[in-house]
This record gives sequence, structure tokens and C-alpha cells, in this order.
Amino acid sequence: MRAAVVVFPGSNCDRDMAVALGAASGQAASMVWHKDSALPPGLDLVAVPGGFSFGDYLRVGAIAAQSPIMAAVREFARAGGLVLGVCNGWQVLIEAGLLPGALMRNAGLSFLCRDVHLVCQAVSAFTHRVDRPIRIPIGHHDGCFVAEPEALDRLEDEGRIAFRYAAPDGTPAAEGDRALNPNGSMRAIAGVLSENRRVLGMMPHPERLADPALGGADGRLVFKSVLSQMETA
Amino acid sequence: MNDRDVDATLPSEPPVTQALAAAHGLTADEYQRILDLIGRTPSFTELGIFSAMWNEHCSYKSSKRWLRTLPTEGPQVIHGPGENAGVIAIGPDAEGRPLACVFKMESHNHPSFIEPYQGAATGVGGILRDVFTMGARPVAALNALSFGDPEHPRTRALLSGVVQGIGGYGNAFGVPTVGGELRFHPAYNGNCLVNAMAVGLAHADAIFLSAASGIGMPVVYLGAKTGRDGVGGATMASAEFGEDAEEKRPTVQVGDPFTEKRLLEACLELMASGAVISIQDMGAAGLTCSAVEMGDKGGLGIELDLDAVPCREDGMSAYEMMLSESQERMLMVLRPEREAEAKAIFDKWDLDFAIVGRTIAEDRFLVRHAGAVRADLPLAALSGTAPEYDRPFMPPFPPPPLGDLPDIDPATALGRLIASPNYGSRRWVWEQYDHMVMADTVVRPGSDAAVVRIHGTNRALALTADVTPRYCAAEPETGGMQAVAEAYRNLCATGARPLAVTDNLNFGNPEKAEIMGQFVGCIRGIGAACAALDMPVVSGNVSLYNETDGKAILPTPTIGAVGVLDDLADVIPMAPGDGDTLVLLGQTEGLLGQSALLWELEGRAEGDPPPVDLEAERRVGELVRALKAEGMITAAHDLSDGGLALAAAEMALAAGLGVAVEAHGEMRPLEWFFGEDQGRYLVAARDEVLTALVARVLDAGVAVRRAGRVGGSAIRLGAFELPLADVAAAHADALPAVAGA
Repeated sequence: MRAAVVVFPGSNCDRDMAVALGAASGQAASMVWHKDSALPPGLDLVAVPGGFSFGDYLRVGAIAAQSPIMAAVREFARAGGLVLGVCNGWQVLIEAGLLPGALMRNAGLSFLCRDVHLVCQAVSAFTHRVDRPIRIPIGHHDGCFVAEPEALDRLEDEGRIAFRYAAPDGTPAAEGDRALNPNGSMRAIAGVLSENRRVLGMMPHPERLADPALGGADGRLVFKSVLSQMETA
Repeated sequence: MNDRDVDATLPSEPPVTQALAAAHGLTADEYQRILDLIGRTPSFTELGIFSAMWNEHCSYKSSKRWLRTLPTEGPQVIHGPGENAGVIAIGPDAEGRPLACVFKMESHNHPSFIEPYQGAATGVGGILRDVFTMGARPVAALNALSFGDPEHPRTRALLSGVVQGIGGYGNAFGVPTVGGELRFHPAYNGNCLVNAMAVGLAHADAIFLSAASGIGMPVVYLGAKTGRDGVGGATMASAEFGEDAEEKRPTVQVGDPFTEKRLLEACLELMASGAVISIQDMGAAGLTCSAVEMGDKGGLGIELDLDAVPCREDGMSAYEMMLSESQERMLMVLRPEREAEAKAIFDKWDLDFAIVGRTIAEDRFLVRHAGAVRADLPLAALSGTAPEYDRPFMPPFPPPPLGDLPDIDPATALGRLIASPNYGSRRWVWEQYDHMVMADTVVRPGSDAAVVRIHGTNRALALTADVTPRYCAAEPETGGMQAVAEAYRNLCATGARPLAVTDNLNFGNPEKAEIMGQFVGCIRGIGAACAALDMPVVSGNVSLYNETDGKAILPTPTIGAVGVLDDLADVIPMAPGDGDTLVLLGQTEGLLGQSALLWELEGRAEGDPPPVDLEAERRVGELVRALKAEGMITAAHDLSDGGLALAAAEMALAAGLGVAVEAHGEMRPLEWFFGEDQGRYLVAARDEVLTALVARVLDAGVAVRRAGRVGGSAIRLGAFELPLADVAAAHADALPAVAGA
């Protein structure tokens, strides 16, 4: 699998993402600077990592979406390429017009770093190996997913809700259950797919628990899904 | 030199008088010293420079004499105190190249009390800069926080603001904040403490220092623009607060973690390029301290042209530029032939950079601005002749004797302790810190010490920060010793080999003999313990004048400690398994002097603190690591505040299991369960190894006693019990209740 990680000046999960991709595929990811205008040729996956791309002083992700590289990422997605945005990366993909909805300040107004449980309810290249509830961490201040009710209905109808916050047994969280849905996301949505299901945005960090030495490796299922997709394709 | 060299009467600058010097925090003696040194009246800018260099914060004038007595050497030490941070050897990387751990703790107490969010945020920024200035990538942050009474009207806002500020800066910068400590005590009502520690990794052969070298080399300014924020901050931090503390808000700086992140990456790229000769961050007293430091260490003079300094606002005077504490700025001496490469790196990261001066052969600090010489001072003398005081000190008044024990059963006492702001869960705090970024956090906050993997290896650093101010107040030498011993214990309890410490010494006004007595006593204790436990002090910071309206904080010498684990398999968890037996290692007499039990339940600070037997500490600490290596224990936890009862409850909560702790036949229940005798650990073991375990412990010359069993759904202390679910809920709710969350 040939993967690239986009690096903004304030990205801080770029290395973590590259390590997780490298460990899953055995192939080093290319690091692509945001001022570049082209992606390396022959990519299977572009990952937009977490962090604070431009400090998040304005609306999160808004400035990053204007970086030269994002035009190339949009083009890559339009051509059916796989794009994964995690945390700030999801925020950037929303601002870049690749995914619907918005990510607002957490319901409790505080930054939150803790493990969450997720249930996968969609079929996609990113999730087909995620055949059980997974536990991976969040680390964000602005992860409360919101959208118009019709847009949410459409996401549900089209099976594009990749992940929902859930109980350890996989029962989806009630929207108001702050213990399980800590940022207060509408319908407990933790990750969303694009219409063509080739772009995934998610707040929790699969790259942070993709190594058993860190106390969990459920995040690997996401990377393994992409990898096996490549192998069968 | 005569008056014409420096135009002391520029229209914008007030004439310098002794009264103006006093307003800058300089005593009459110190002002006279300046007059004697330069043989004329200083200019306004020069007065500012002297006040910046000679205040307590920058000159350590009251503490230096005592800091020199601390053990700072050892085979593991690469650079001890005197650099931006301490540097120790931690073994090779995956390719066999020697690695170094670079770390330091520093206070930002005064600014945090005035403006909690920005004060704490810039404290984090400053300490991160100290670490990456040396060429190390920060890999972990910790903090030690002290606030006033939870009921005090300011406590809630200070707690929330400080925690958000630390998170806001560290999270955006991208360093995991993995540990620390938090306490409440009315002695901090008028002065909170915010001690921030940063830990970085570098290759041992690629450490950068501040000493300039070469004559005529360009002095380069890098980073954020200079503004008027923080002018006089270091001087502010060198005085007591009165009722006007709120009016000092303009002396607090504003942090920009996004710029700091870019500064980090740019500095590391620049260092790797070979362009950097020396580098110094602009911290307290900004441009003044950093330029003098680089020149002084290199035995060179420095010439600065302030017209070249990137400024945030128009019309800044030389005085303001020299004293500004605007954040996220660096000063470096670069190889002139590498200027183009350097510029490309700064441009890549969109950082301001400017050549603002050069090194000169003469011992001179020459500052020009707007066509005039604003300062012309002997550089080496600026730091070299800073005043140093041997302040009088007296031992503290002995604490009142230990009175009757509270009339309470142990389970009820535990329930109250665990629901208190001081002993409740810290989760509310550390969930606001990104403790997972960099994907190397092996043991997360909430355990004895945090464990962070050394990236790309199977080895790890263990990190902790500790002190028990109650003990320090009652008997400073014992308190100083205990702070080091507890840090040592926390490292051993996670399976790490302790290596070195950084100290952050927070005290009141050193001009008072009893405060100086606390300082001297604590230093003596720290020195003795660091020597006995082979943990040299490699960096540190002193924060004095933590007083408001004449009321001092408790003496609070925070010890930040670093240990190493040679294999991730050496990590000892804190959570035992179901059915494990808990075994107490170390001698128990049931000492309740200055205990958490007396203070939390009845507000009594009575009796002597428990003595520290450094030899015994070492013996039992080494034993715990050996027991893990020999496969005999499943978990360990150190005993400190709240003794056996609190330690057992914390282990049970970590496992989500109940525990039954046995009573002691000959000891009174409160003494047995809550005594704070030092040098003790609770370890957990499976039944089948118990006999061998006990023999092994006795063989090592350590007292051992079976203490209880893990399991069930209650926490039992002898005949008394509490439902686990109630304890867990009380533990979880303690801090959110204080914070109003």
C-alpha cells in the first residue's frame, strides 16, 4: 500500500499516523508538505492527520483547507482515491468540502483525551475488517459532530455513518450519554464516509492504539482494512 | 567610558535615580553596586538590563550559595545545572547511537496567579523551549500544581484556568502531558504554584549549548515578533504580592503554541543542518538574558542593533525591547556561510528571522537603537558580579505534638479521604491534557509514574513529580529528603531504574529568616537523598517571594524525577489481578505525625513527619524491581499520603476490584491503616509464589507482611467496609465538584 501523510505546520499526529501505516503495510508512508501542490504518483491512500494545522485560532481546519496540497487531495478524492482524515484531519476534510456536517466545540467545552468505544455500522474500504466494537482514544476540543436532521437521515439511509460512540459491547450510545458520547455528537456519530465511501473522517485516533505495547491495538483494524482492500483489489 | 558614550537623557527616557532603581526592585546597595561598576549613572535602558539580570528570578542571588551544595554529578550526567536544561545518558537508540534525556522543571507561579490561563500556558511554552533549545524533541510534559482551599473564592477559577492553559499549550504543541501532582491547601490561597516539567530526547552527540563562539559571528533572532507583553515580568516574579496583584496583569505574557510548534521544527531542522553554533531561548527578561548568557558563557561581547528586531508594534523603545518577555523567540549564533540554508528553513516554517547583532571580542554589551547607544556595559560583569546573599536563616518552630487520634473507624476515614479534593481522582485534570499524542505513552497518568517509550526502541522513560509540603513545613530537612524518596519510590514502583532529578524550589520571602530556614533545610534533605539514591540534580529552578500580604506558601520543593526501563516488559502495573494477595514491603510503626488523615479530617498539622531512612529506601526500591524481574509480583504501588489504606484502595480502583485489608493485631487501626511510614510498597502476588516471595523479601533485609486480598465488590479495612461502587463514585467526583464541572 502506498500511502502519503499530509503535514501542516501545526500537525502533530503526522508521525504517529506514518508509524501506524508503516507498521500495518510494511511500507513507509510519504510525508507531503502542505505547500506542495502535487501528491506523489501511484498513491493508494492519503491520510490527513490530527493536530492543530494552523493553531486552530480561527474555525478549526479552515485555513488548512486553503493550503495548496488540498487542491490535489480534492482531485485525488474525486478520482476515487482513499482519503482518511483523523481528528483535525476530519475537520480539514469538512472545510475542504469532502465531507458533510460540522465539528463544533465539545459539549462539555473541555478538551478531552480518553479511550472511547466505537461500533462500526457501515461497509467501506476502511472498515470491512472492523467486525467488532473497538476501543481507541479521542484527543480533541472540537469533536461534536452536527448536521441538519435531513443530512443526518441521509447519512443513516446511505449507510455512511462509519462509527458511532458506543458501550463496550457495541450498543450505540444515546446522544445525551456524555459518558459514552463524550463530545455530545449528534446521534453519537464518531466517523462519516463520503458519498462514494472512499473518504472517511473520524474523531477518534486509530493510530494511537495500533500497537499492543500501548495497551490496545484495535486501531490496527482500520489500517488492516485498507491494506486488505489493496491486496484484493 | 564617560557619559557621552551612552545618551542617558533621550527625551523618551526618564532620568535614572535611586528611586527609579528601587521601583525596578533594586535595593540601595545594589544600585550603588551598579554605580561603582560602570562609574556613571546608568541610562534607563541600562537600569532595565541590570534589574533584569539581578532580580531573584534570573540571578538566584539568595539561593545560589545553597544550590551549590547539591550533588550534580554522576556517570549518567552529560550536562548538569547551568544549561537550559539537564542532560543525562539513557543508553543507545535502535542503531546503537547514544541517546540523551534532556529535562527541567520550572515555575510560572506569579503569572499564573495573575492570569491563570496565559500564565500556565506560557510556563509550559517556556519549559518546552528550554528543552528543544538543546536540540531535544520534547516527548513528555508533567506539571505540579498547588492551589488554595477548595472553598476559597479564587480557587475554582485558578484551577480551571491553569489546567486549561497547560492543556491549551501542550495539546496544540503536540507533547503528551503524562503526569504530575495537584494539591489544595489554604497556604496557597494567595499564591498558587504552577511548576511545569518538560522531557526531551536527543542524540548525546548532538546537544546544543548556549555559549557563543567565534568573533564577528551573526547573532540571529528567530521566532515571534517582540511586543510589549511581559515587560518586567521577571522583576514582578521576584516580589511578594500585595493587594495590587490584579494590577500586574500587563506583566504576563501571551502564549502562541502554534508558533512554538513551528519554532521547534525549524530549530531541529536548523540544528540538523549544521548551521547552529549556539542557541539560547528568550525566556525571563527576554533579549537581555539570552544575549548576555550567550556572550558570557562564550567569553565574548555582544553588539545588538535593536532597529533590526522584528516588532509587533510601532514605537517600541530600547528599554521595552530589552525587557519584553514575548514568547516563542530564540536567539542563535549561526555559521555565516550557512545563512542561505538557514533562511530557507525559516521561510519554510513562516517564521520571522533577523540578524540583530554580532559577537565581538571585547567584554562589552553594546545596544544601539534609533541612531543612539542605549546601553554600553561590561558583559561578563552583568552576570558575574550579580549580587549574592548569604541570608540569615533559622530552624522552623517545631510543630505541636501529636495529639489524640480522631474517633473514627478506618473505613469511614478512608471514605472521607478518597472523596477529598486532595485524594480524589485526578482524571478530570489529565483528561484535559493530550496524554497520548506521539503514540508512545505506555503507562498513562494516574499511576505511580508515567512511562513513555523511547521512540523506535523497546525501552522507556519513567517520569514523576513529587513533594509533601506538610512534611517540609514541619521539618524541612526530612521534607526535602522525603520529596526525593517519594519520587524514587514512584519510579521503582513502575519498574524503572531512577537516574536523576530536576528540582523546582518554591518558597516564600527569603529575606525572612524562617523562610530561609525552610529553604536551607529542604536543600540539605534533597542533597542527602539525591546523594544516597544516586539521583543527581541536573537542572532546576527557584521561585521565591511566594507570599501575599506577608503570608507564605508551604515550603514546596517539587522534585521531578526521571528513570529508565530497559525493556517494556519491566513495567510494573498498578492494578492487581483478581484473587491476588497484597503484600506490604517495609517497616510499619504507624506514624501519624503530619499525616493526611489528621490534616484532611481534622485540619491538624501535628507531630513530626515520618523519618526517611535512605538506605532502607534504596534496599526496598531495588527489591521491588528485582521481584518483577524474577516474576514474583503482578502489581506494585508505593505508600505515601494516606498510608496502607489509601494505597490499597487506589490499587483496587485501578483494577475495578474490591480488596480486603487485614487489621494488625498489635497496632491501633488508624495507625496501621493510615500511618505514613516511609520506604514502603504494596505489591500483589499470586498465591503460588507467596512463600518464595516472603523468603526473598526477608533475604533482602526488608520487613514483609501479608496485607490483604484483591477481589469482591467492597473495600474492607479489618472489620469495616465500604461498597467499591460508592468509593469509586466518590473518588471520581471529588475534583469535578471543586471545579464546578
